[in-house]
Amino acid sequence: MEIAAPKKQMSIARREAIWAYLLIAPWIVGFLVFTLGPMIASFFFSLTNYNITSAPVFVGFGNFIEMFTKDYRFWLSLRTTLTYALAAIPLGLGLGLLLALLLNANVPGIALWRTVYYTPSVVSGVAVSILWLYLFNPQFGVINWLLSLINVKGPGWLADPKWALAALVFMSLWGVGGGMIIYLAGLQGIPTTLYEAAEIDGANIFQKFFKITLPLITPVLFYNLVTGIIGTFQIFTQVYVMTSGGPAESTLMYNLYLYNNAFRYGRMGYASALAWILFLVVLILTLVVFRSSSTWVYYEGELRKK
Amino acid sequence: MMATIQEISVPQAVPAKKTGSIKAQRIVGKFMAIMLLTFGSALVLMPLVWMVSTSLKTEEESTTFPIEWVPKDVQKVTLGGTRSYFLYWMSVNGETKQLALFKKRPGNMGIFVEPDNPEIQYTASLIGAQRVKTLNLHFENYPKAMTQVPFLLYLQNTMLIVVTTTFGALISAVLVAYGFSRFRAPGLNIFFLILLSTIMLPSQVTLIPQFVLFQRMGWYDTFLPLIVPAFFASAWNVFLLRQFFMSVPIEMDEAAKIDGASPLGILWHILIPQAWPALATVAIFHFLWTWNDFFGPLIYIQSQSNWTVALGLQSFRALYTRNLTGLMAASTVTMLPCLLLFFFAQKLFIQGVVISGIKG
Repeated sequence: MEIAAPKKQMSIARREAIWAYLLIAPWIVGFLVFTLGPMIASFFFSLTNYNITSAPVFVGFGNFIEMFTKDYRFWLSLRTTLTYALAAIPLGLGLGLLLALLLNANVPGIALWRTVYYTPSVVSGVAVSILWLYLFNPQFGVINWLLSLINVKGPGWLADPKWALAALVFMSLWGVGGGMIIYLAGLQGIPTTLYEAAEIDGANIFQKFFKITLPLITPVLFYNLVTGIIGTFQIFTQVYVMTSGGPAESTLMYNLYLYNNAFRYGRMGYASALAWILFLVVLILTLVVFRSSSTWVYYEGELRKK
Repeated sequence: MMATIQEISVPQAVPAKKTGSIKAQRIVGKFMAIMLLTFGSALVLMPLVWMVSTSLKTEEESTTFPIEWVPKDVQKVTLGGTRSYFLYWMSVNGETKQLALFKKRPGNMGIFVEPDNPEIQYTASLIGAQRVKTLNLHFENYPKAMTQVPFLLYLQNTMLIVVTTTFGALISAVLVAYGFSRFRAPGLNIFFLILLSTIMLPSQVTLIPQFVLFQRMGWYDTFLPLIVPAFFASAWNVFLLRQFFMSVPIEMDEAAKIDGASPLGILWHILIPQAWPALATVAIFHFLWTWNDFFGPLIYIQSQSNWTVALGLQSFRALYTRNLTGLMAASTVTMLPCLLLFFFAQKLFIQGVVISGIKG
């Protein structure tokens, strides 16, 4: 009996391992077929000229060299996307936080406000893009109607190369309720005793915000920042439906340019190279944010250590 | 579960500094917060209100400026049995009357007549004259828009994709998350790290080879490229469900195991009943994402008979440039399932966003 026991133990461990692998098998297969395999193939394609109908022709780093030295649209689309990100992400983070702070001020009917502000986040895609296309209409659109109420003559928005990108940033703020809800959860997790202690010490509302609220919700800010960066570089439907990258290529976002190369110009190899550069840009940005996080993101654990 | 000791609550001492003026400040602050929130709500809801309002108007009323928020029809009257004339609000001897504009005269003047008695004529300035409008909701825009293009077919196609992929996404994510949360096996942690790292991977990197693969398999212009990948567990869903499974005490599994339950039995009888809010969250967000997805159908679907609502809506816009009311009716129909789902499952939504945000 005593000799048999370890053997049985092993068979239990092995059975457990077999179960584990069986259960995660769908993901492993999916990872190999839809992620790892395509990643390797995509890297190979990025070194070729490939138009799907004929076999890929190896060109070394030709695509990357063309991109960096000859293709002004590559730089333009990268700059446009970064400009959009630099405007939309901070504005979205700030506005979301502001709304969450207002909601957290013990106002009555919090559930109702939350519902209202979150509503735009549940709709997206073509319907929303079409709707905003008409909201921005210079003649009869709602935006310029609102501006006319305060005696401002609204610009041409999507018809004006100077304003089209700003219009897209403006539109992105409609979905700010998604971030707001996450902030709100963070704010509600801050112990009220901290504020009470600060009040006894005579802290004013700004001191309370900068010394208590802001540091304690930096983890949420960090999460919203990272998802914001990743989401911004995925933007496609809005520009495809609303502007097709125009007017005068002022809204030619990176993803749209990639799509055009792959599915309009039939340059699958070049599009793959674009995809890898996009990956690197997003990776570097996220790494920078992650690295910097130790200097500005506050974690509960640190409090306990001290 | 460990018993937790209840904290003994001490009556809070009121800080001496909380004077009347601070209380007054609080009330003012709260009032301002409510004002700001009300103002913001109006702005946030305005696009949707405009969409619904426009969808119920006549085409000529849909592009008026300043905006008429309530759908109204311009009133006309037929005089002499043949031609119809616009009605205007006019003040006659201090009495407001509806008069028909019979003829325009130079210098923005017009000849108006009484509709009941065209013999009585008036001459008045047209500047600032208001047309007579009455409330009229043109619900017929909806069936019209739905039949101009085969919109019901698009809805049906979209539903088919949404339902099958939601099922696939749920079942695969549950199994994989169960494997990652309740079993020990060599290399499992490394696999989990790989899974986490794929969350960050932009989909563009795998886009083109995937497209080539599906095309080679003869799946182009079918629903298969949109459906099949969902059955292979999305990393994000697995992560979310694993977090949830880990919060279910393992003692419950062990008790069931002693009673002779198989691993799948434990999943079915212990974990799934506990984790159903998380499952609902995954299902809801998958539904929304697939319903609104445009890129997938755009690159994989060609034949009109296979179009989803996203494709149908986009082509409706390109096809009928002079049909804003129909377009807004179709947009409303497209958004409605998402909005209804949200209003009926609000708690799950909010909870889902918070779980993925805080635990993520």
